[in-house]
Amino acid sequence: MKDFAALFDALDQSTATGDKVAALTAYFREADPADAAWAVYFLTGNRPKQAVPSKRLHQIAAEVAGLPDWLFADCYDQVGDLAETIALILPPAKSRASISLSVWVTERLLPLRQLDEAAQRAALTAYWSELAGTERFLFNKLITGGFRVGVSTLLVVRALANVSGVDAKVISHRLAGDWQPTAQNFSALVGEASSTFDVSQPYPFFLAHALSDAPYTLGNVHDWQAEWKWDGIRGQLIKRQEQLFLWSRGEELVSAQFPEIIAAAARLPDGVLDGEILAMREGSVMPFTALQKRLGRKNPGKKIQADTPVAFVAYDLLEVAGEDWRQRPLHERRTKLHEVVYSIVLGADERHVIQLSDIVRAPSWATLALARDQSRKNGTEGLMLKRRDSAYGVGRTATGKGLGNDWWKWKVDPFTIDCVLMYAQRGHGKRANLYTDYTFGIWKSNKDGQFGSEMPENARQLVTFAKAYSGLTDEEIREVDVFIRKNTLEKFGPVRTVKAGMVFELAFEGIQRSNRHKSGFAVRFPRITRIRYDKKIEDADSVELIAAMMVP
Amino acid sequence: MSAKLFVMPIAPTPPTFRTSPPPLLQHTPHGLHCAAGDFYVDPWRPVDRAVITHAHSDHARPGHAAYLATPDALGVLKARLGAKATIDTLAYGETVTMGEVTVSLHPAGHVLGSAQVRIEHRGEVWVVSGDYKLDPDPTCAAFAPVRCHTFVTESTFGLPIYRWRTPELMFGEINRWWAENAAASRASVVYAYAFGKAQRILASIDAAIGPIICHGAVEVLNRAYRDAGVPLPATSLVTDLPKNFDFGRALVIAPPSAAGSPWMKRFGEHADAFASGWMAVRGARKQRGVDRGFVISDHADWPGLLTAIAESGASRVLVTHGSVPVMVRYLRDTGLEADALETEFSGEGEGEGRAEVLVETAAEAESAAEIESTAETESTAS
Ligand SMILES: [Zn+2]
Ligand SMILES: [Zn+2]
Repeated sequence: MKDFAALFDALDQSTATGDKVAALTAYFREADPADAAWAVYFLTGNRPKQAVPSKRLHQIAAEVAGLPDWLFADCYDQVGDLAETIALILPPAKSRASISLSVWVTERLLPLRQLDEAAQRAALTAYWSELAGTERFLFNKLITGGFRVGVSTLLVVRALANVSGVDAKVISHRLAGDWQPTAQNFSALVGEASSTFDVSQPYPFFLAHALSDAPYTLGNVHDWQAEWKWDGIRGQLIKRQEQLFLWSRGEELVSAQFPEIIAAAARLPDGVLDGEILAMREGSVMPFTALQKRLGRKNPGKKIQADTPVAFVAYDLLEVAGEDWRQRPLHERRTKLHEVVYSIVLGADERHVIQLSDIVRAPSWATLALARDQSRKNGTEGLMLKRRDSAYGVGRTATGKGLGNDWWKWKVDPFTIDCVLMYAQRGHGKRANLYTDYTFGIWKSNKDGQFGSEMPENARQLVTFAKAYSGLTDEEIREVDVFIRKNTLEKFGPVRTVKAGMVFELAFEGIQRSNRHKSGFAVRFPRITRIRYDKKIEDADSVELIAAMMVP
Repeated sequence: MSAKLFVMPIAPTPPTFRTSPPPLLQHTPHGLHCAAGDFYVDPWRPVDRAVITHAHSDHARPGHAAYLATPDALGVLKARLGAKATIDTLAYGETVTMGEVTVSLHPAGHVLGSAQVRIEHRGEVWVVSGDYKLDPDPTCAAFAPVRCHTFVTESTFGLPIYRWRTPELMFGEINRWWAENAAASRASVVYAYAFGKAQRILASIDAAIGPIICHGAVEVLNRAYRDAGVPLPATSLVTDLPKNFDFGRALVIAPPSAAGSPWMKRFGEHADAFASGWMAVRGARKQRGVDRGFVISDHADWPGLLTAIAESGASRVLVTHGSVPVMVRYLRDTGLEADALETEFSGEGEGEGRAEVLVETAAEAESAAEIESTAETESTAS
């Protein structure tokens, strides 16, 4: 546990990727496989279920620390995190146990859930007396099921590759699926390369740059291939030696989540396709949240597949019958892709599962811009512009003839709306002392007498519309924080009801009907673009405007 | 969490206390006034006679006609108030009669020359703690408990989440961090308040690890400490160093206001840390945006506050500074008579972290500006 705590501190204190990988590598080099297995498990985003209900945990901790309930609550309010509050208020450790991570987890943490309240109290009191500092904090985080650390699976995989000499993609592949944290599985994870490696390996994705200049700066429109920019999950569909693999851009194997794509791809000739996984019903794209649900669900049942059908829209071809095609020009790859996709005959209910990405043709940039204005209507975010003679590069680096960047995303401007700050909540972690999470409202009129008959018909009320917590500078956050503290109408737990008085401009990408907020809408990627000091709350936008913004 | 998270509201302090003899100290617009002795303790508006607990800017303000402080505080007070200020000194433990009261000063363990003020009037004893800590500190006299009837205590870190580790552990952590950075040839920058915190760090770290560079605002106080006989390791100003000096093994101590200033540029890529009691909370650490937060404070932690209150033997406690409502409620629960005492030593109740930082940096920014302008003239002359 001590070593794992030291690793956590190192990861928590550094923002440099290099330092993080170095700390991980050093840890895995020394760790016992049984401990390393749990470390991999936790660091790749797995969390045990909450072992003790929060309320009980807080009561036991207050009791052990000898604090009255109100004082515990004040402490929690200052810290903003239950696990950390408990770690801070408990008396210093009596003895320091040097018990390994795997023993802590398997013999202490996991059995805790099965114990009754009295036994939990006794166990926690004993465990806490043996832990200090970060170890105590981590143990509490694991109990509350809130363990999180600033490291991506990719970095963990990279460190494991460093330690073992096994290719990172192999490790990533082995980690995919329902990986269980046992010593044996860890040894297998970093063991000798196996033969599954070659056939499953995806290519690094070629990524586009955002176009901020006018498109004509790219030269002749005829040198470019334009396609819709989809808002799905970038994927690589691989078929080699009768085996099929679907990788997401996070280099995560997602075959099990999208069995219908795998089934349809069985008819493809050997090769590698680059494209977008989309949730699509009867030819129209479903909101990203629908796709997200599918992504979180391995081996989905018939009903889920029917409710949220998915498709793979192919836009590039990287390998044909074992031959790497990435250095060939795009127009050549596209011709072949066309041939490949249309060569397969799909069954009636699979007809739309593998599709070819449409090319948007226009005689001039101006016409293309008009097409781009239609993006919202077909559920896309704008256009992709790809140089017709470009090679398929690596990451954001073009490997073509050095004419600058070859792939651009030409996104449509986001929607914006002016709304009023209604509720505020403290940030957690980084900004626990500040109110950083805001809920915004827009005006709704009493048209159908929905506020009650005692209100006049032209009465307006603010109704909640969206939550946003990003987009402001630190200085602005402090200003808003001061405003919130001075204009609090009510405090409810960590949430404050704020007197209407501050107008913000919010940008977002898409609108959906939803009853999550009183306004009846939910938006995608809401973020604050600026504080509208120049506007009064009466000037904020209304529910009617949102309805009008929605695609018919 | 369904628990109630409100801070219990405390009834405002009445203008006069309930007890029949007039209280020895009263809150007035000018500060805490002792009518029987006709003087003020740490007044915030100009007065005739001010007894000063310590030279931090929120306690020792300019403009009073006469000051009384400890001899150890004299150097820093002069630097802060100017040579023209009239400052009398009173050694720890000695007494002076002022009007109808007897006044003496006793070590508070906060910074060089910091004192608790003991006021005795016809057998009734009050002690004003000023700021204090119980942890050992090689740069100032250790806190000495003084028995009294009424104890006026600070409560900057008056929540049970604040619990300091031993100085050996804390400074060991700094030494390890500095040594690691030195091994990687990158400068280690510690942001610390220029007066008190900086010197405590200097006197406690392992100076053998590398050269120590101090910001001008810190160095001027180092001089005051050395003049008062406090041994500190050798320190340099950047202007003392050759142009091509390698900062790779250096420890740099600078006030928080120096962060992001052009002065920092010369250290190149460096590791940075902030030394403050507020760093005990992870969120506050992250909010600072530095690599490391060292939990080092010149104030008492929660157990320290409770120990000091208990050892004073006081039956009545008046709480100023910081977590006032929490401390008052807690003490009342334990059966003591406790009240909030309004002062201008602290900012608003919530967000004390920022209040402390603002108060102290504002003062330091002033002296830093002075120092920096002299440093510039020095460098252009050379
Ligand atoms: Zn002070
Ligand atoms: Zn103070």
